[in-house]
Amino acid sequence: MSGAPFQAVVIGASAGAVQALLRLLPALPGDFPLPVLIVVHVPPDRDNALVSLFREKCTLPVKEAEDKERAEPSTIYFAPSDYHLLVEQDGTLSLSSEQPVNYSRPAIDVLLATAADAWGAGLCAIVLTGANDDGAAGLKAVAGAGGVAIVEDPASAQFPTMPAAALAACPTARVMTLADLLIFLPGLVAA
Amino acid sequence: MPHSVEDIEIQLLLEALYHQYHYDFRHYARASVKRRLIQARTQLGFSSFSAMQAALLHDLSTLPRLLNYLTVQVSEMFRDPAYFRALREKIIPHLRTYPSLKVWVAGCSNGEELYSLSILFREEGLEQRTMFYATDINPEALRAAEAGIYPLDQIRKFTENHQQTAAPTSLSDYYTADYGRAAFDKTLRERVVFSDHSLVTDAVFGEMHLISCRNVLIYFDRSLQDRALGLFRDSLARKGFLGLGAKESLRFSKHAEAFADFVREEKIYQRREP
Ligand SMILES: C[S@@+](CC[C@H](N)C(=O)[O-])C[C@H]1O[C@@H](n2cnc3c(N)ncnc32)[C@H](O)[C@@H]1O
Repeated sequence: MSGAPFQAVVIGASAGAVQALLRLLPALPGDFPLPVLIVVHVPPDRDNALVSLFREKCTLPVKEAEDKERAEPSTIYFAPSDYHLLVEQDGTLSLSSEQPVNYSRPAIDVLLATAADAWGAGLCAIVLTGANDDGAAGLKAVAGAGGVAIVEDPASAQFPTMPAAALAACPTARVMTLADLLIFLPGLVAA
Repeated sequence: MPHSVEDIEIQLLLEALYHQYHYDFRHYARASVKRRLIQARTQLGFSSFSAMQAALLHDLSTLPRLLNYLTVQVSEMFRDPAYFRALREKIIPHLRTYPSLKVWVAGCSNGEELYSLSILFREEGLEQRTMFYATDINPEALRAAEAGIYPLDQIRKFTENHQQTAAPTSLSDYYTADYGRAAFDKTLRERVVFSDHSLVTDAVFGEMHLISCRNVLIYFDRSLQDRALGLFRDSLARKGFLGLGAKESLRFSKHAEAFADFVREEKIYQRREP
């Protein structure tokens, strides 16, 4: 458990994302006290189907992040497909159709780096399964700003490349399996 | 609320840009501005934002280079085809009832959206009674818009998009291709005024029947979004239409009351009676 108070959780996932998130998100209790912001790499020309999928499975409300809304506690936000999701310093969210980063839009790096800027030590960031290296630079920024950086254990991740790249870029990151995360996440407390 | 030294430097840089050149990025969504300034710092070879600020104030060649970072020029013809299809099927029938029309493409970038609309209006037989106003703050983008030339490798996507708008014609009717470029028919811009106009600092310039302002407001903070939306309200004729980008809405705006949903899914609004 982490006793320190937090302001938000951000998660990045790519290949294998749905299965990993299906284990984690439905397990979060309805009174989970933090906003949860998620970037999953999804194909650009499709509506983000993750929202309806997870809305059915989760106790917490699940929605697509909207431009200039405030990140509220006890809410799960997915980045819309084909837009970057950014966090402003006042804790509101912005969308952007800037160029893809790491061939991805939304990019995990963009969310993690801006969330690190906004929430600093109040941020818990997790890089899950994936087959590219998006999120590595972002996780390094999270740790640099004093936040808690976590990677899914590459040994058990469905696709180890992404968490391994994040760990290489951010060697101080904690390594956790999905089972570890199932215990860790519900223990987080709000600032 | 600047946090770090870097944030303070950025604030000062934006102040300098405003006071010296009247480009006002102070209320753009800061997280994205910061990212792009960090890119500019690396790619233009500045050691800090303070060094960038000094160059901006003392070396005239810095401004245009910086503007290309501060403004986002990502665009496509018939971007989000469903939007253009909704214009064709739901808005054009209303516009037909007017003897003359004014259409404003605000934040036209390199002209992709403008040509999309002028093609759509030609297809629907409304072009001859319409004046188009295409505005932006980036002079390079405005020049590109006026030229109407795009790399051929973008044309396939543009063509696909166009087809999905229930188009009665083919995009290839409107351009000639050579040397890897597609040059759009200059008659498409005969009824277009290209102009430098900022949604942040400039005023109403005409009474519009349709304003299309897509993927511009997401780069503004809420106060600036309100400023722009107020400008749109004041620029629209009675029952005029406003079209926004797919992820933009009036929901959080203090001007929400001034508009009614017209095609909800496509973010097309109609000005309410005052
Ligand atoms: C992402 S592009 C949108 C292009 C097109 N409307 C579309 O949806 O594809 C944003 C454009 O807004 C312009 N812009 C930024 N600030 C502006 C302002 N204050 N007033 C007018 N245009 C602005 C930028 O220069 C850029 O060309």
